[in-house]
Amino acid sequence: MIYHITDNEAAAVALKDIPEVDYAALYNDLKERLQDERYHVAHYFATPDGTRLKFYLILLDDSEHKVMLSSFVMEYYEDVALPSLTALHPALHPFEREITELYNVEFDSMPWNKPLRFPFNRRNRNSTMDNYPFYTIEGESLHEVNVGPIHAGIIEPGAFRFVCNGENVLHLEIALGYQHRGSESEFTLTTNRLRQTLLAEGIAGDSAVSHATAYASSIEKLCGCSIGALAIERTIALELERMAMHIADTGALSMDVAYQLGQVACEALRTMTINTTQAWCGNRFGKGLIRPCGTNKPLPHEKIAMIRTNVAEIRRRYNEVIEDIKSSPSLLARFEQCGIVPKAEMQRIGGVGMAARSSGVKRDIRSSHPYAAYASHIKHESIVKQHGDVMSRLMTRCREVLQSADYIEQLLSTYAPSEIARPNYDATLTAEALAFSLVEGWRGEICHVAITNKQGEIATYKIKDPSLHNWLALAIAVRGEGISDFPICNKSFNLSYCGHDL
Amino acid sequence: MIFPKIKVLKSHGWQYIPDLNAVELTEEFRGRPILTQTADMSDVEAAANMCPTRAITAAPFTLDMGRCLFCGECALRAPHNIRFTNDYKIGSASREGLIVKVGDEQIAFHPEMIREEIPALFSKALKLRQVSAGGDASVEMELNATGNVNFDFGRYGVEFVASPRHADGVVITGPISSNMAEALDICYNSVPDPKIVIVCGSEACSGGLYADSKAVDRRFLERYKVDLWLPGAPTHPMTFIDGVMNMLKLKTR
Repeated sequence: MIYHITDNEAAAVALKDIPEVDYAALYNDLKERLQDERYHVAHYFATPDGTRLKFYLILLDDSEHKVMLSSFVMEYYEDVALPSLTALHPALHPFEREITELYNVEFDSMPWNKPLRFPFNRRNRNSTMDNYPFYTIEGESLHEVNVGPIHAGIIEPGAFRFVCNGENVLHLEIALGYQHRGSESEFTLTTNRLRQTLLAEGIAGDSAVSHATAYASSIEKLCGCSIGALAIERTIALELERMAMHIADTGALSMDVAYQLGQVACEALRTMTINTTQAWCGNRFGKGLIRPCGTNKPLPHEKIAMIRTNVAEIRRRYNEVIEDIKSSPSLLARFEQCGIVPKAEMQRIGGVGMAARSSGVKRDIRSSHPYAAYASHIKHESIVKQHGDVMSRLMTRCREVLQSADYIEQLLSTYAPSEIARPNYDATLTAEALAFSLVEGWRGEICHVAITNKQGEIATYKIKDPSLHNWLALAIAVRGEGISDFPICNKSFNLSYCGHDL
Repeated sequence: MIFPKIKVLKSHGWQYIPDLNAVELTEEFRGRPILTQTADMSDVEAAANMCPTRAITAAPFTLDMGRCLFCGECALRAPHNIRFTNDYKIGSASREGLIVKVGDEQIAFHPEMIREEIPALFSKALKLRQVSAGGDASVEMELNATGNVNFDFGRYGVEFVASPRHADGVVITGPISSNMAEALDICYNSVPDPKIVIVCGSEACSGGLYADSKAVDRRFLERYKVDLWLPGAPTHPMTFIDGVMNMLKLKTR
């Protein structure tokens, strides 16, 4: 057996139970296995382990709802190149690039061996933001357009380099790392779990609830505490976050095609959604709500009523905006057939979340690896669209907002508040164990992995935001499009810079 | 088609806040803290120990909002000593102004620290260039919200612009990541004089959780004077609006 098989709800796994295999065995297995749509890699990383470098791989089997763990080791300074899996399955590119960047491990025939995020602890100090090796194409009729790192609006930084033929984009390459804050290291430099929780909330502030839930679940698996009814409240918070961000992006897309009515209507509806979250927990982004093993903000009766009323009103008004979009030919002309990522391509690059689902690739942790209320109260049916264009991504968002509103109503209509535990920041963690948690944030699959040492302290903390995979999908979406369609392609994805750069 | 648009408009109604000076936030909002000294300060010491950003000192008893992430855990740990109010007027012209002491009933804005030319030149129109340098996107979204249909800060002529050449100052969010330090410098130097610097969010004010991170480079703040400090995690749009209006002397707190 080269895998230890578990699932998204099981307890932490003892490190000694994770098979330590030969890289060749793992390589040969993945070579075949990843051709099947049901499998994809949720995380693959290296971490120092004494004098060795230990690699962990977390593979998801969507059909059987199983998670498969494996590992292999090499000596820290061993000078052997591993055959690259990216060469066969491009979806693995961010993982191999990260391993090379941090530990100088070479991957033989790696086709896209480029820096990932220029972290402070990178091995090659000569590799800096200023000399990112952009792909270039020579030609008399071609020109390059550089955008960033600072963009026109109030958003995060990243450098975009377009190679254009006239108005048409031949190639876009996205260089990231400007937002790197050293998040993963900060988790291991403290034992203060409140501090770790706040770090999780700030991984991507627009996904504070999702990332905090992923952190809290990892800790709960390591200390073996069960959260009971709190799982329902967390699910409501997750769906409120999804609603708020999908509505915000509907507004942003409206703005970029000069559909001002949709823009202002969505701005107001987003305000209403995040103010609902604020009236629940005191913060518009849900910071302060998700805590390990409990919460400081349990839902009392009057807040349940407030959330139900607001969500029903938001659903009604948002639905009117959807109807207006659908009946406006001038909007459809911009959104349809623009920024297409075909299913095969999305599959190949390992896209996740709502962007993947808009291209017909059904990746949704809520149904494939259910957790919280998705495991107990909701039988989640993913919304899948086939065209993979801006319109599909917009319509996926639209339908997910309505679905989230329905889930919130479904959960709250029968929910009776009971005694819910307060957070516990001091519970003993299982020593020498690995806990992972998979959460479907509004962008897609979030994966957190915590590995503890002999003292039961977190020695390695790994974070994956869905943006890690999906930035490449944006680059592919704009190929062949007019450069003036870049803004709507970009907003149809709305990916996280800080979630990628960590 | 016109009918769906009329429906959207009808439901949308009027969304703008008529008087920005009269805004009150929900009771749940965690804004300006109130500190109370008690004979037994052991709770405060415990809260200070658990504070993720070391924002609290027990003796003398202070809370530095420039470090505080407003998680509210200290108020639960030391309920007799620390209480968060829903007062969002927490910006200040001085970094020291963010440090709350026992009995403080409001945050001192220190208008005397504002250069005279700022209200003289910018009180009718202020164009800002925002630079995110490790910001987590929540502060950025709140800054966007200041110009939205609800807050409409544009009514006072305060707006964000794309080019630093068109701007009167920069608004910095995030702890200032090393990888953004140079771009921030270039941006600031591209803004014509006289210009202002606003730091927005507790992470920008102090580095927050990343104050000691090796991936952060805050030397920009040693080189240039900050005109307005705005705490928050993220900074609420009303905190930004209140702070800027005080800076422009459009109101006094």
